[in-house]
Amino acid sequence: MTKMIATRDAYGEALKELGGINEDIVVLDADLSGSTKTAVFQKEYPHRFFNVGIAEQNLIGTAAGLATAGKIPFASTFAVFATGRAYEIIRNSVAYPKLNVKIAATHAGLTVGEDGATHQALEDISLMRSLPNMVVLCPADAVETKKCIYKAAEYKGPVYIRLGRSKVPVILDESYEFEIGKGVQLKEGNDISLVATGVMVAKALEAAKILEEEGISVRVINISTIKPIDKDIIIKAAKETKAIVTVEEHSIIGGLGSTVAEVLSENCPTIMERIGTMDTFGESGDAEELLEKYGLGVENIVNKAKKLLSKKMD
Amino acid sequence: MDKYNDLKQIASKLRISIIEMLQEAKSGHPGGSLSACEILTALYFKEMRVDPNNPQWPDRDRFVLSKGHGAPVLYAALAEKGFFPKEELMSLRKIDSMLQGHPDMKDTPGVDMTTGSLGQGLAAANGMALAGKLDNKDYRVYALIGDGEAQEGIIWEAAMCAAHYKLDNLTVFLDHNGLQIDGFNRDVMNIEPIDEKFKAFGWHVINIDGHSFEEIFAALEEAKKTKGKPTMIIAKTVKGKGVSFMENQVGWHGKAPSQEEAKKALDEIGGVVND
Repeated sequence: MTKMIATRDAYGEALKELGGINEDIVVLDADLSGSTKTAVFQKEYPHRFFNVGIAEQNLIGTAAGLATAGKIPFASTFAVFATGRAYEIIRNSVAYPKLNVKIAATHAGLTVGEDGATHQALEDISLMRSLPNMVVLCPADAVETKKCIYKAAEYKGPVYIRLGRSKVPVILDESYEFEIGKGVQLKEGNDISLVATGVMVAKALEAAKILEEEGISVRVINISTIKPIDKDIIIKAAKETKAIVTVEEHSIIGGLGSTVAEVLSENCPTIMERIGTMDTFGESGDAEELLEKYGLGVENIVNKAKKLLSKKMD
Repeated sequence: MDKYNDLKQIASKLRISIIEMLQEAKSGHPGGSLSACEILTALYFKEMRVDPNNPQWPDRDRFVLSKGHGAPVLYAALAEKGFFPKEELMSLRKIDSMLQGHPDMKDTPGVDMTTGSLGQGLAAANGMALAGKLDNKDYRVYALIGDGEAQEGIIWEAAMCAAHYKLDNLTVFLDHNGLQIDGFNRDVMNIEPIDEKFKAFGWHVINIDGHSFEEIFAALEEAKKTKGKPTMIIAKTVKGKGVSFMENQVGWHGKAPSQEEAKKALDEIGGVVND
């Protein structure tokens, strides 16, 4: 039975471990420490934890100031508030001066579920990846999340880390190696490539299994660094398979799909399909039901992949 | 002899640099730079523990120009202090210059925080002060905000936070010249009673004449003695101070003087220097 762990939970654990290793790690939150799991760090290292209250602009600005004095601040809140409410502070006080601030935002995407559209960030990757100096990470599961957090702490400069609320399958084992800027091929295949990010990687693997049963050879690639994007792995997939499908729990505008399309059209034009939210807001509901309704279910990935392949054959 | 004569001379030199660099740059903000000359002089030439030869010294006092458009007065003070050669001032706002239109900590030695978008500097100053507390360092953090800037929401988020974390190592000046781009604060968006607002947010508040060295230093002493809360020094100032035709004129918020106007301004300020 596959273990189910939310990436936010892995984040809290990683922070707790890192806190013991590196004295410079400080954590800030805006009244959501129970939900973002920064409270796990707070419990161990209360003097290095700062709750700024419901004030996301000051959350990021204060983190920037701490970074100027040599601290490694992790600032957390929900993705919609971190990247939306505090966008311009991230731009001018973090990205522009290239300060060593880590923005670890949870509750990204539709899988926020019942809280509905106001709390479901579907454009955060788009906002963050257009900022110069910003690294954008979107780990697939609990194992990768921990490794991402460690690497983000080592890296000197601004990093945005996109995390989720819902429990998701643990698909990677501890031997998995994460490197900023490197995509990872999780499954070999030569008919079509599924290029996925975040919690959709597990769905892509499931879809691949079904497609294989139907005789289609599927490559699955995990892109956990959206920026800087691993061009090589994408170009290689385009050359070695017939078509590319991107899968993300994010708008098809400005996210992984756009990034891959940019890489392909400049280097190796390839027929592709972007699976994500189709220029729409979300709504309240059960996380899995929402994924189905908005076209992010396994069945839709399978159908889209088959349709794309048949288009290619025409 | 006036005990502050030397500092007054320095303040006048900063004013001269401001006029000269803005005329050369052909754009920039003279009004709010001239209003803060005494505050910057007091900080950089007496109060703050800084070393121009070691701008990144971890134990230095910090200064955040939250009203980043006042960059000319900061650059003038840093150059006068020796952080970089004064000749650099003439490159202000030009391509490839280390002196950007608004302060950039990556480019300019002595600039402790990148600013320009109003309100963000105060939040950054909070972070610096928190780091100082965390590391048991005795450095102090200073910031300068504008009065129009106090209309930004983040100022009040940061104000609440500084009081909550008892940041008594943080001292902020509010350059209260009464004017912002679109006119008087009271007509655009009234901020009064600004002292009572900060008091209500948990700050120690001191009202002073922002052009009086005596009052500036008395306030700085009081701030250092104040324990358990940050201090806000509301400095009543004159926008465009020292240049008669710029004083209290909103039109001089963001306009560079022509060659003729610059000469007139420099004659006025030079008269003071030569007294």
